[in-house]
Amino acid sequence: MRKGPSWLNIASIGLGLAFLYIPIAILVIYSFNASRLVTLWGGWSTRWYAELLNDDAMLDAAWISLRVALLSASAATVLGTLAGLTLVRMGRFRGRLLFSAMIYAPLILPEVIIGLALLLLFVAVDVDRGFWTVVIAHTTLTLGFVAVIVQARLIGFDRSVEEAAMDLGCPPLRTFLTVTLPLIAPAVAAGWMLAFTLSLDDLVIASFATGPGATTLPIRIYSEVRLGVKPEINAVCTIMIAVVALGVVAASLLSKLREVKPVPVPGPI
Amino acid sequence: MNGKISAGTKRAWAARLVVLMPYAWLIAFFLAPFLIVVKISLSQTAMAQPPYLPVFDLSAGWAGLQDFVAGLSLDNYALLFSDSLYVTSYLRSLQIAAISTLLLLLMGFPIAYGIARAPRRLQALLVVLVILPFWTSFLIRVYAWMNILQRDGLLNDALMALGIIREPTTWLATDTAIYIGIVYSYLPFMVLPIYATLEKMDESLLEAAADLGCPRWKAFWLVTVPLSLPGTVAGALLCFIPIVGEFVIPDLLGGSESMMIGQTLWTEFFANRDWPAASAVAVVLLCLLIVPAVIYQHMQTRELEGAR
Repeated sequence: MRKGPSWLNIASIGLGLAFLYIPIAILVIYSFNASRLVTLWGGWSTRWYAELLNDDAMLDAAWISLRVALLSASAATVLGTLAGLTLVRMGRFRGRLLFSAMIYAPLILPEVIIGLALLLLFVAVDVDRGFWTVVIAHTTLTLGFVAVIVQARLIGFDRSVEEAAMDLGCPPLRTFLTVTLPLIAPAVAAGWMLAFTLSLDDLVIASFATGPGATTLPIRIYSEVRLGVKPEINAVCTIMIAVVALGVVAASLLSKLREVKPVPVPGPI
Repeated sequence: MNGKISAGTKRAWAARLVVLMPYAWLIAFFLAPFLIVVKISLSQTAMAQPPYLPVFDLSAGWAGLQDFVAGLSLDNYALLFSDSLYVTSYLRSLQIAAISTLLLLLMGFPIAYGIARAPRRLQALLVVLVILPFWTSFLIRVYAWMNILQRDGLLNDALMALGIIREPTTWLATDTAIYIGIVYSYLPFMVLPIYATLEKMDESLLEAAADLGCPRWKAFWLVTVPLSLPGTVAGALLCFIPIVGEFVIPDLLGGSESMMIGQTLWTEFFANRDWPAASAVAVVLLCLLIVPAVIYQHMQTRELEGAR
């Protein structure tokens, strides 16, 4: 659509972005509010950040969440990449329909259903719920997201490079590691990042899958938030927003740097 | 010749391993749990650990299996359909999901359309700006609205300063708050699929319509809207399905007098410890969502494989 945007287009984008960003901006600004009353502005201050440093329960929860996210995102990336390969490269095999259904379902099904189902499984096989059950639950939730991203990338690329390697006697595993993997690396990295953020963010599934001693950050925040708005929570949220913003900026800078290098692959046929 | 066969077998084994690892994981942690949910939804609540009966006992053998099957019943489902609490909860969830999907469409389409008509260089940036809030926590975004919608919050302050209202209105714990929260949280999921189809649209079609004397609004209605349909339907499903089972938004922003089905399930499970009832609620919810979910999956596969 080459024709320039009309004033109506510009207005709808502007309003849309304002709607998306103003609540977050307000949250960030009020985290620097000196007053304990969240609705009254009492001047700028960083006291809530200082108080946060003394909140051991919150810090513990953040540390648990971080470890869960690292482990589950890594596991989901391995499994999800294999699943993406399966969907694109394995053609029609028996059970393919079930397989793709199981990949897509976690992306859209309500979290309460998935959480309940996983919890009942953990009870049925009689494992103690805690850190590892949350890792398993998050891996299951996020591997589908990785699979879809990797699948989209694989569909768009030329197989002849791989075939050339194989024809020259390169074994399949080596072909995968030296030819395929570098080509799909950006998708794999994006998948890992998405899985990491989703795990860090999840409240519902973690609430079902967790047990004593494994309170994740969202569970901790939720239990505070239920009682109302608190300046400390504004501060926690601001830190999380800052971390995510830094991550996204770093990732986009990295991909910009990669783009500068010549890419030796012809585009999709 | 011999070497070639063994290489071929090796490749087949490697391929099998690639399929098997994610497949086994999903069967163990996705499919099996659902079968267990179905099984427990047919069980009875019990004051025991685990809190349901019958429990399948492998050591009892064939007789044990017979006892187990005899112990199953549809009582929980009968309860579900006779108690108006559940029925209203389902209907309310479907209604809220339908209305919010409509609101999302009304808001998302103009944004997607605007981005698609922006200069090429700007489009990528605008898309990133729409996705960016999605990367921050869902919980944080809902919480941000709690800040604004409180009785002495900024929305009331702003409306009173503008002279629109005289005294503070209650926003929090109302359906309006639920709709605001849902539209806010799901907006990127509506904008992106619509943008993806609009961006691929061949604009010479619009030029042709203009050359033939078709007014712009009519060309929009007759050309752009039908061509954007795949993205619009995908976006609507992507929002509708999870909204039906939404828990966090109605719990934090909505009132306590009427619950959405996600909250009902949560309460049955955590507060009432009635696991069989919670399982039955989940099974019925799944049945309600299976048709839109299958349509969505079908569209996704066609989209991805059509691109080949």
